[in-house]
Amino acid sequence: MIKILYFARIKEGLGIGQESIEFPRDITNVAALTVWLRQRGENWQAELAPGKALRIAVNQTMVAMDASIKDGDEIAYFPPVTGG
Amino acid sequence: MSVRVQTEDFDIGAEIAALRKGNAKIGAIASFIGLVRDINEGDDVSVMTLEHYPGMTEKALEDIVAQAKSRWDIYDATVVHRVGRLLPLDQIVLVVVSSAHRGDAFAACEFLMDYLKTQAPFWKKEATSKGARWVDARESDDTAAARWKKD
Repeated sequence: MIKILYFARIKEGLGIGQESIEFPRDITNVAALTVWLRQRGENWQAELAPGKALRIAVNQTMVAMDASIKDGDEIAYFPPVTGG
Repeated sequence: MSVRVQTEDFDIGAEIAALRKGNAKIGAIASFIGLVRDINEGDDVSVMTLEHYPGMTEKALEDIVAQAKSRWDIYDATVVHRVGRLLPLDQIVLVVVSSAHRGDAFAACEFLMDYLKTQAPFWKKEATSKGARWVDARESDDTAAARWKKD
């Protein structure tokens, strides 16, 4: 299983804050997971669109799209941060 | 090091007293407070709601403080960031840094704020007269953080 979290504008756009899913076979990195998620429907395609300002964390550390993922990981999608 | 994420307000006097307590080697304290304004992008703001990523937020802030400690000669730092529903005039964020001398304290304090704004997972949503909207990240914040990058 992997846990996927969504925050802020993306959470609102997708209508979901978090989910746990069976780790999809053949998926080894964040980019591949993102492509897989986009296939879920129009709002997924829109919120996770290529070129859209998107930040990704694996196990609570921000990473690039080519970062590898494995079973048991916690992956989070969110917009650029705006704290402070 | 003290890093906290909380809904409650904070008292800078109490935070400074706690940071410097009993340490006669401290010669300088630098601090920064971020506040909720009643206007943004030309629109009146009535409420600011802050969301964050529990767990990662604390880790990111601790990492930022550790970086500051490795780069400047500082004794300690306190970071307090509020989340939830805030109103104009409310305090949002506090950074306090202790050091022997002002140069390191000032630099580390500014670095902590610049990195916090681009690395810590907080998101602001503001209620305005035109409706609710997520605050967009500013390019100027990326530029401010980038100037601390080492060659």
